[in-house]
Amino acid sequence: MEAKGRVFKYGDNVDTDVIIPARYLAIQDKKELASHCMEDIDKEFVGKVKAGDIMVAGANFGCGSSREHAPMVIKESGVSCVIAKTFARIFFRNAINIGLPIIECTEASEGIAPGDEVEIDFDSGKITDITTGKSYQGTPFPAFMQGIINAGGLVNYINEG
Amino acid sequence: MGMTMSQKILAAHAGCPEVKAGQLIEAELDLVLGNDITTPVAIGVMDSFKSDSVFNKDKIALVMDHFIPNKDIKSAENCKCCREFAAKHEITNYFDVGKMGIEHALLPEEGLTVAGDLIIGADSHTCTYGALGAFSTGVGSTDMAAGMATGKAWFKVPEAIKFNITGKKGEFVSGKDLILHIIGMIGVDGALYRSMEFTGDGIEDLNIDDRFTIANMAIEAGGKNGIFPVDAIAEEYMKAHGKRPYKAYEADADAEYAEEYTIDLSELKSTVSYPHLPSNTKTIDEAAGDHIKVDQAVIGSCTNGRISDLRVAAKLLKGKSVADGVRCIVIPGTQKIYLEALEEGLIKTFIEAGAIVSTPTCGPCLGGYMGILAAGERCISTTNRNFVGRMGHVDSEVYLASPAVAAASAVTGFITDPQEVA
Repeated sequence: MEAKGRVFKYGDNVDTDVIIPARYLAIQDKKELASHCMEDIDKEFVGKVKAGDIMVAGANFGCGSSREHAPMVIKESGVSCVIAKTFARIFFRNAINIGLPIIECTEASEGIAPGDEVEIDFDSGKITDITTGKSYQGTPFPAFMQGIINAGGLVNYINEG
Repeated sequence: MGMTMSQKILAAHAGCPEVKAGQLIEAELDLVLGNDITTPVAIGVMDSFKSDSVFNKDKIALVMDHFIPNKDIKSAENCKCCREFAAKHEITNYFDVGKMGIEHALLPEEGLTVAGDLIIGADSHTCTYGALGAFSTGVGSTDMAAGMATGKAWFKVPEAIKFNITGKKGEFVSGKDLILHIIGMIGVDGALYRSMEFTGDGIEDLNIDDRFTIANMAIEAGGKNGIFPVDAIAEEYMKAHGKRPYKAYEADADAEYAEEYTIDLSELKSTVSYPHLPSNTKTIDEAAGDHIKVDQAVIGSCTNGRISDLRVAAKLLKGKSVADGVRCIVIPGTQKIYLEALEEGLIKTFIEAGAIVSTPTCGPCLGGYMGILAAGERCISTTNRNFVGRMGHVDSEVYLASPAVAAASAVTGFITDPQEVA
């Protein structure tokens, strides 16, 4: 499985309150929720993001609340993968469970610039910055976690048995 | 090699004589909880399972606390969805208006969380129950749904950081100051994927409410859980509240820790976290020197809405007035705490001082309702997060502090050392 798209870049400690502010949490409709994705730190994100685009961030991405709405709105926005130095643990778990591909790679997080075209091979963990020609080695997931992501989340994975 | 306290509880629930850090295990759960924000999402997930039954109607707790009494039609519909689910599955521990409290204040009080338990909750502050010697951790709604259906969850066994607490704290210094100090010291990801185990002679000087506050904010350091040994203070609380037998686990003498810190409570000062991260800490003397004017003071939340918190706030507000231009909002954590505060005369003190007292709710902590900030406004708050836009407008600011600092600041209108007001 692969992802390819343009990069939106953020810093350290991107918290779940800026990914999807709590004032919208009563909304159940995924599309409506996603229309507020990242709005408190990047008002342009929703208008610019295209299917396949990639988020690159620093350390502790997704810290804060346990709200599954956070990885959900990123996935619903069309983002095909989040690359970060590290992920907060509940966000990490939630991303896998709902089938949002994520990958940890400090070098890629530092080396990739906003707007770069980036390609990721999830099986090998290889990240290629097509714009600069540089490549990076991320940590690939073990097979069972890759299986959950490929199935589109834990529910499908379990139901597919 | 020995095991940490957290590892022992995980091993016992996985049916393993021993577990090691990094090991993946499947473990039996004693309690699965959710609230009115996360449960509707979990119910949606359960609808997509092939079977929709729950593993044990007594081991699920659903607490309506974030946006209730309902703030709008959507939140009312979410609660209705939870209410119908609870009725359909005959969930024993369903808490709605009149019986509810803020989940992490309510469930220990109801005796539903005891030492030795393995608990997951679709709320990041589920780590609170470590105060009693339970392993408890926050998860998302899909994990909650899987937990409700199967009574099991998978865990990666965490390594631990040991915090050796010594000494005795000064007047108006509390568990909140200790945990803010620790987060300031190790950072918001300082305990990422790890347990935070608190030990040492100094914990005798931390009452059970201090411990709930400390364990509650383990997540703010990125921690998987925070946990305290089961001593006389924890046993006394569980004997008064517990509905089930508890089991005390102790870390082995040769348990390995990734890091160890020693903190002397006698050196600890009241501590304030500046916007926009809980790790941006300053001591109260530094903060007072910054002359920070506040528009609002919030005293409450799953972090600091317990009776000890209200007592210290009332002590500082007694016979005084909330400063002109400051809105002081007091939120008891549960109906029982509310009643206790009423019987002790604390509510009268708050109202006479010009504060308002709300029914239990998470409300303003996460910018839900009951105290939302406008652009440019500042709040001194006993809550747990001060992220951008957490309590309202993206250009508002939240300063985290203890109930004593929040109450003292409400009186002067500036972030103030409680010693100055007492």
